[in-house]
Amino acid sequence: MTIKATGICKEFIRQGKNTNRFTAVSPTDITIEPGKMYVLMGRSGSGKTTLLNILAGLLTPTSGKVLYDSEDIYALDDDKLSRFRCEHIGVIPQGQTAIHSLNVIENICLSYMLYGSFTEREAAYPAARELMQRLGIAELEKEMPSALSGGELRRMAIARAMLRKPDVIFADEPTCDLDDENTELMLKTLKETAKSGTAVFVVTHEKDAVGYADINLNMSGGVLTIQ
Amino acid sequence: MKLTECLSFRNVKGRPVRTVILVILTAIMAFTAVGGTLTVVSLQNGLGALEARLGADIMTVPASAVSKQNFENIVLQGSKGYFYMDKSYYDKIADREGIDKISYQLFLASASAGCCSVPLQIIGYDPDTDFTVSPWIRKSTGGELRELDVVVGNDLSVFVGETIKFYGVTCNVTAKLDKTGTDLDTAVYTNIATIKRLIAASIELGMNDFKDIDPEKVVSCVLVKVADGYSIDEVLNDLNIHVRRTKSFKTKDMISGVSESLAGVSGIIGILMAAVWLLVLVILFLAVYMSVNERKKEFAVLRVAGASRSRLAGIVMSEALIITLTGAVIGISLGLLVILPFNGLIEESTGLPFLLPDMLHIVICAFVALAVSVISGLISSLGSAKRISCIDTGVILRGDN
Repeated sequence: MTIKATGICKEFIRQGKNTNRFTAVSPTDITIEPGKMYVLMGRSGSGKTTLLNILAGLLTPTSGKVLYDSEDIYALDDDKLSRFRCEHIGVIPQGQTAIHSLNVIENICLSYMLYGSFTEREAAYPAARELMQRLGIAELEKEMPSALSGGELRRMAIARAMLRKPDVIFADEPTCDLDDENTELMLKTLKETAKSGTAVFVVTHEKDAVGYADINLNMSGGVLTIQ
Repeated sequence: MKLTECLSFRNVKGRPVRTVILVILTAIMAFTAVGGTLTVVSLQNGLGALEARLGADIMTVPASAVSKQNFENIVLQGSKGYFYMDKSYYDKIADREGIDKISYQLFLASASAGCCSVPLQIIGYDPDTDFTVSPWIRKSTGGELRELDVVVGNDLSVFVGETIKFYGVTCNVTAKLDKTGTDLDTAVYTNIATIKRLIAASIELGMNDFKDIDPEKVVSCVLVKVADGYSIDEVLNDLNIHVRRTKSFKTKDMISGVSESLAGVSGIIGILMAAVWLLVLVILFLAVYMSVNERKKEFAVLRVAGASRSRLAGIVMSEALIITLTGAVIGISLGLLVILPFNGLIEESTGLPFLLPDMLHIVICAFVALAVSVISGLISSLGSAKRISCIDTGVILRGDN
């Protein structure tokens, strides 16, 4: 699935005053193709996360379109867009993102708790275990998130994003707060995922990530440039 | 999906302390709803039954018995006591203008019986003229009482077809009256002929309490139904002026004290219920609000994983439903466990007629309390559900909010 964003722009209104507008993302065109890893870098506040959220169907742009093949995702109503996101888009958010009442494998299979029967969720467990094995957290299946380290939680979030074999994975600062070993594991995993045919879009400050990218992007003051 | 596997259930289970506190609060709310409602309804039922059982407009008693409190207790509540006046007063009253029906009753007090650990009030009445007791007895038996037949109050542990002994005389229990929620439920009704036999038996046993009582010549109270076209007050005044050494009361006035007490108790219960509900609903609102607030990031993660805005609201509402339903069921069960077995104790402690509604109405009351408690709990969560459905996922995940 190819993602094509045309003329996407995001403005925020500050302090509720219509005249005080802040442009987080200037009108931008970008195409994300399957099988490639995109690494977007830039200073804090440059609009990277806003762009990621727009592309991931989490934030409606002020103007412009985001097409997944021919599907304009922001033309869908919230129910359909949410379902679409669940089935086609994997997102690894910033920070620790566990559901604390669920154990590790249940967190990974979260989307099956939202959509799908109990049987379907049970059927997803083998795939979840395989991912956990790949990410080195196999032994944590029954653990609760409170018992996990930051790195383990991040790997759990990757597994959650990858479980449904989405067409694209968006990762927002996936290596933030991780040690070198975990950073390398994280980036390697994302690269392997891209090689398997999934489009991977990473927002990061991690300079080492550049080496894993097929396409490096930079953002400054809301303007996207391809390097 | 199994209930225990659904996300809302897991969220509720995953925060046991918060859940237990909220369940207890909801249980208190439901307990007050079912307990308060049943208490008020039972008190109203009791008053209604008391009014219906009286049947007469005016009661006349000896002037010596006119401590109104004493009179109310004995005549209305069936409390144990006795007083007598010459039967000629009955004839004098009958001769007055505005009398439609007139009858009399005779009380024998402090008799004990094999059925009961407490003394009983035996009330004799004249089947030929009676218009207050007979309708209730006919309703129960379908026939008139014969000599040595008795009708017992609902609280006596003796059943129709069995016998009961007073002063060594075996009487046949031919009917059991409907419950009134008053001490009348421990009274025994019979005709004057039986009363004569009982007095004679008591004297034979050496008990001299009734040796001067001749049921043919004395009565305890005279009951009057005012004729159409006359006001009760008019006839009452006439009796109090012209039938000397007696005191006549309007029966409605006699239970006015009970009625006022009932209104007072109902009012207090209503205020307490309102206060408890208001307090609990505010706490529930705050608890759900804070819980949702502290889990904003989790909700954002759910959104990322594909939850729609309506689904997020649904999760909050489902959690509220699980908690309020559990609390309401516990509270209502406790309420019924307190009210049903201990209604006699409540009657005794309040000193008011307390008559529980029938089982169908109790079940309806329980279901209404359940529905109201759950709906109130859900309403208190609506604001939080609406709020969480509008979250800005990106902002929350970035940790700025």
